Amino acid sequence: MGKSHRVLASHALDTLLAALRDDGYRCVGPQLRDGAIVFDTLHHAADLPWGWQDEQAPGHYRLQHADPSRAFAWANGPQAIKPLTFAPRETLWESRIEADGRMQFTATLPAEEKVAVIGARACDLAALRLQDQHFLEGAHADPYYAARRRNLFIVAVHCTAPAATCFCASTGDGPLCTAGFDLALHETDEGYLVDAGSEAGTAMIASLSLPAATATRVEQAETAVAAAGERQTRGLPSRNLRDLLFANLDHPQWDDVAARCLSCGNCTAVCPTCFCHAEHDVPLLDANLGRHEREWDSCFTEGHSYLAGIVIRSDTRLRYRQWLTHKLGGWHDQYGRSGCTGCGRCITWCPVGIDLTEEVARIHATGGGHD
Amino acid sequence: MTEAPMTMPNPSLPAEAEIVERIQESGSIYTLRLRMTDQARHAAYTFAPGQFNMVYLQGIGEVPISIVSDPEDDTVLDHTIRAVGRVTRGLEQLGAGQRVGIRGPFGRGWPLDQACGRDVVLITGGLGCAPLVSVINYVVKRRERFGRLVILQGVKHTDDLIWHERYMAWAKLPDTQVLLAADIAGQGWPHHVGLVTELIDRARFDRDNAIAMMCGPERMMQACAEALLARNMATENLWLSMERNMHCGVGHCGHCQLGPHFVCRDGPVFNYTELAPLLGVRGF
Ligand SMILES: Cc1cc2nc3c(=O)[nH]c(=O)nc-3n(C[C@H](O)[C@H](O)[C@H](O)COP(=O)(O)OP(=O)(O)OC[C@H]3O[C@@H](n4cnc5c(N)ncnc54)[C@H](O)[C@@H]3O)c2cc1C
Ligand code: SF4
Ligand code: SF4
Ligand code: FES
Repeated sequence: MGKSHRVLASHALDTLLAALRDDGYRCVGPQLRDGAIVFDTLHHAADLPWGWQDEQAPGHYRLQHADPSRAFAWANGPQAIKPLTFAPRETLWESRIEADGRMQFTATLPAEEKVAVIGARACDLAALRLQDQHFLEGAHADPYYAARRRNLFIVAVHCTAPAATCFCASTGDGPLCTAGFDLALHETDEGYLVDAGSEAGTAMIASLSLPAATATRVEQAETAVAAAGERQTRGLPSRNLRDLLFANLDHPQWDDVAARCLSCGNCTAVCPTCFCHAEHDVPLLDANLGRHEREWDSCFTEGHSYLAGIVIRSDTRLRYRQWLTHKLGGWHDQYGRSGCTGCGRCITWCPVGIDLTEEVARIHATGGGHD
Repeated sequence: MTEAPMTMPNPSLPAEAEIVERIQESGSIYTLRLRMTDQARHAAYTFAPGQFNMVYLQGIGEVPISIVSDPEDDTVLDHTIRAVGRVTRGLEQLGAGQRVGIRGPFGRGWPLDQACGRDVVLITGGLGCAPLVSVINYVVKRRERFGRLVILQGVKHTDDLIWHERYMAWAKLPDTQVLLAADIAGQGWPHHVGLVTELIDRARFDRDNAIAMMCGPERMMQACAEALLARNMATENLWLSMERNMHCGVGHCGHCQLGPHFVCRDGPVFNYTELAPLLGVRGF
């Protein structure tokens, strides 16, 4: 595995999709919908966003025309691949009270559906790794997440077109995909270079009988990806900001950002690592039936920290501080690294353009981070 | 793709439990004695005092409730509940023979192993007494294993004190001291009027060989911890039980986070040293 790239001609992307389908996978890939690039069932390579590029800035996202020979010349859309494993909303179980008063519980686990996702980015893979740690590697693995995860085949695409909001180079998560994929593609002027990252990926490449890529071509492609990393201008001052942030819980910057933040939760909704969810019963007309669901939730809601009688985070300042101290601080204790993989989504999709790298920079500059 | 067993335990799925008995403890506090209807499952169920179950009320939802029966009692699992909202008021309406769902036990309980051979100081405030009453019962039942037993209980109003007779009975046990306090005293209250922290000076225990466990409002626990530290108790010997919003109980939903901790998984019982940096900080 690794460093054994094969060549896949641009027109042969359909061959790859067909091979995945033959293996029983539903292919999911990036496509244009309502002016954004989103992941949806992919039937033909022609449906990929050929010739589109994204222009991103704080609170800003526009697609524009670019090189028509490229299908992956954009950075990322509003949603990463997270919904494929951690469903935005799902029923966990149903309950029923029988005529004799007995109560039955039935788990509603997702159907085993093999899904192949095409176009995952390095930041997405790093985020998926964190979600795996969260949902699978603790004392209580989550069988709902696990059922989707074990059926997921990942075709990653190394990023050559980071947006202005991207900073994966700074977090150490991209733009080159180094682990966590079955296949990884380099998109080049002369088609794709494919590499395998798992046994399933190796078998897939073998079944396609592709010619080997020359070392020079691989080197050129990797240079282009490295250059993309160097073009990124945003960044965080350190990969571990835990001590800085927890030492500055009273920093005036929290008031400053709270005056701008709408507490809408968009940042948490687009973040590929946020795992919070709420569980609730769905109101059903038949009182003998119960349906228990879970749905993505956000630390920006009042209910997130509600206790009968009090709300722990009653105002926006405390909620923004929770988001940032968790994302860049608490994750180090919980999962051994920052919870940010530098995808920039929370910057782009913030309706008022709040940029976490800016907020951190200000705390860093005046909160003792400079020494 | 990752490999995973095709059948794995489902920590989200409740098990049916029957209400064996319902006991009204006071105006709004009641105890549900539960037994899982799957006998093998009930028999296999073990827990430590301080751990909790998620208790499910059909069609309404689940709430975290401490298990207060004795861990060696294999007949029932007691849950003493105060009716405060949707689920707890709904559970209040149920009676013997009716069914609920439970899943658990979750979290880390009280450090009873570490308490062996030492003086045990138990401090509760407000209505947060249930989780520590299970410790009192535990110690009383195994009296010889522990040193002095000191029980400090504070309530806002004398009417809030449940189990007054039990406290009086405990006070008569050897090497046991029971001190009660009420902020607002009703007629004929023979105990202290004021805060539970004020009782600490009257508590008799060997500070070098004691362990303190606290449960109740955070401000009260913090004040008590500071009073104990002022009496030169070591931080490592102070333990607190925390409450946060909980939906999953298994470290997944994120609601119970307190800084780096998942209260449901890393707690609800914490050592003071783990909490100290964020204790009393608004917003965590
Ligand atoms: C580890 C732990 C142990 C507990 N043990 C007991 C006990 O032994 N006896 C007892 O009476 N109470 C206990 N509580 C508190 C009890 O869980 C809440 O009173 C209960 O959740 C309130 O739910 P409700 O639906 O009746 O109230 P509502 O006000 O309608 O609350 C709605 C929802 O918010 C959440 N919520 C509200 N308050 C709390 C809270 N304090 N803690 C966690 N989630 C909350 C729940 O999801 C609840 O369903 C414990 C809490 C925790 C965290
Ligand atoms: S915090 Fe923002 S930049 Fe970092 S991973 Fe989440 S959405 Fe992306
Ligand atoms: S607490 Fe907030 S920042 Fe952390 S995972 Fe939950 S929603 Fe995301
Ligand atoms: S209750 Fe869900 S993470 Fe603790």
